[in-house]
Amino acid sequence: MGMDKNEILTEVQDIFRDVLDNEEIVLTPETTANDVEDWDSLSHIQLIVAIEKKLKVKFTSKEILSWSDISEMIDCIASK
Amino acid sequence: MITFKELKRNLKKDQAGLPIKKVALIGDTATQLLAIAITGMGVEKNFSIDLFDADFNQVERQVLDPSSELHEFAADYTIIFQSTHKLLEKYCLTSTSEQTVLAEERLKFIRTLCSSVKGRIIYYNYPEIDDTVFGSYANKVTSSFTYQVRKLNYELMNLAQEYTNLYICDIAALQNKFGRDTMFDTNIYVSTEMVLSLDTLPYVASRTLDIICALEGKFKKCLVLDLDNTIWGGVVGDDGWENVHIGHGLGIGKAFTEFQHWIKMLKNRGIIIAVCSKNDEEKARGPFEKNPEMVLKIDDIAVFVANWDNKADNIRLIQGILNIGFDSMVFLDDNPFERNMVRENVPEVTIPELPDDPGEYLEYLYSLNLFETASYSNADAERTLQYQVEGKRATLLKTFTNEADFLKSLDMVSEVSGFEPVNKLRVAQLSQRSNQFNLRTVRYTETEIEALADDERYANFSFTLSDKFGDNGLICVIILKALDEDSLFIDTWFMSCRVLKRGMEDFTLNTIVNYAKEHGIKRLIGEYIPTAKNQMVAGHYSKLGFTKIGSTDSTRFEMDVNDYESKENHIKLK
Repeated sequence: MGMDKNEILTEVQDIFRDVLDNEEIVLTPETTANDVEDWDSLSHIQLIVAIEKKLKVKFTSKEILSWSDISEMIDCIASK
Repeated sequence: MITFKELKRNLKKDQAGLPIKKVALIGDTATQLLAIAITGMGVEKNFSIDLFDADFNQVERQVLDPSSELHEFAADYTIIFQSTHKLLEKYCLTSTSEQTVLAEERLKFIRTLCSSVKGRIIYYNYPEIDDTVFGSYANKVTSSFTYQVRKLNYELMNLAQEYTNLYICDIAALQNKFGRDTMFDTNIYVSTEMVLSLDTLPYVASRTLDIICALEGKFKKCLVLDLDNTIWGGVVGDDGWENVHIGHGLGIGKAFTEFQHWIKMLKNRGIIIAVCSKNDEEKARGPFEKNPEMVLKIDDIAVFVANWDNKADNIRLIQGILNIGFDSMVFLDDNPFERNMVRENVPEVTIPELPDDPGEYLEYLYSLNLFETASYSNADAERTLQYQVEGKRATLLKTFTNEADFLKSLDMVSEVSGFEPVNKLRVAQLSQRSNQFNLRTVRYTETEIEALADDERYANFSFTLSDKFGDNGLICVIILKALDEDSLFIDTWFMSCRVLKRGMEDFTLNTIVNYAKEHGIKRLIGEYIPTAKNQMVAGHYSKLGFTKIGSTDSTRFEMDVNDYESKENHIKLK
């Protein structure tokens, strides 16, 4: 992956805004699902698919269920 | 195809004013995202879907328990999605001897489903999972999963013929088109228990709504074709009728031949084919009349328009001759400029973005499923002939200055009968197709028509009309309901627009009044329920001599039968 974690965070934030249809979402490494309105188990899968497409990565089923906050998601993307 | 994200956004749109359809969705895997996709696709197709989404894995309980939420909800459409995944799980848990009756068992349940659920059932068939336990040898083993799934899909087709309320939504066909790896996403399945990928959901929702739209009378009736580089390669005006690219052998001609075969099959199914081409008419007709490689012949074309006017005007002309809605027309043209021009001027017409490569036309058009239908009968196949005959009648009309003389010269004969086994399918079809000359737009299925025939509160009439040019077949239906001893309510009056201006309305009313008088009825009550399409009959009852009941806003009309004088017309009773 040619991007650093800040760049990934920006990309992921854009995807969140697009998928959840909310331009005001601001993500930090500490953000969890509780902090973002409409980020539930259903929209989670939409977010995953959008990130996979946009950043051309593929997550394993285990990874998808393992993240507790945004930083873990970003670490996972960065490791690809 | 519209994306899932856009479908989800549709849910936020104002749906006020859209017709409401009650839809129940029941699956043995999680269906929340499918529910969103279906509701969003409903908005796309101008329906407000009132959706009941049962908790998953309750298919049996919801169906078998007469007091379940499903039965209480009383859906217009019940969608049942039993997945291949869960079927495989069930298969794994049964003994080999039971595996050979897996399909039978499931079919038994679907039979129960069909007889216990009110309203229409949309049943998703089974996209295959090739478990490779036997490899290709599975084809020789009746207890193999492959054998059972294929048998199930095959028998579902038979079942759909047996139960008129059962409609199969062919999601197995979607998997054939897009492949299992697109259809099924392991990540989504593991984390959410859903067996459809996000990219597939819009297609599944679309195929589902296609069925609902067709049953609600919204479907395509006419295919309008450009010629040069659309149905043959090259430009006939430059290359000549003998040199356009068409025909077997190597090269692009083969693609056009296969494309024409597809169009011919649509024509044989009852889709009206029209031509709209910028050409000299004689040159445009050349290949149809002289080139032996052409699959489409001049007789296949109901309306042939080739001139140098703009195509939007020509499509309006075709629409006028056929007397169908713009939204029931599909226009195919290889030229993006022409497509955009027509799109801007006649936005209701469906205009697919044909790929640049003619070799890809067919596969692309397959993916759109444009011609979903809710019924099929042999009469459909004769439609082209009927429209061509209509063209001849229009020519004859020009030679008469007096309309009555013209009508007299047609030697029209109408056969009047009730709802019989021989005509019930056609009655139901016309009930689904008629939009313009339809006073109340109540749609009836074949089963409902059968029930009406046996219900003594109702009197039913069907009318055919033939003339010296040909037989129009069944073209008008009347359903009368007894309100009390003295009054009859005209529950249904619809007529095919092909027979407008022939005096058929007068003939029909004479028939109704005669029936009323014979049964001692004093009063007829009619009603006009406005829709987006039936403006033409807003003044129907006033024109026939009915008077409005009560206030000026009322849409009900009445007539005293004893004041009625039989209307003169030129149709003889057979």
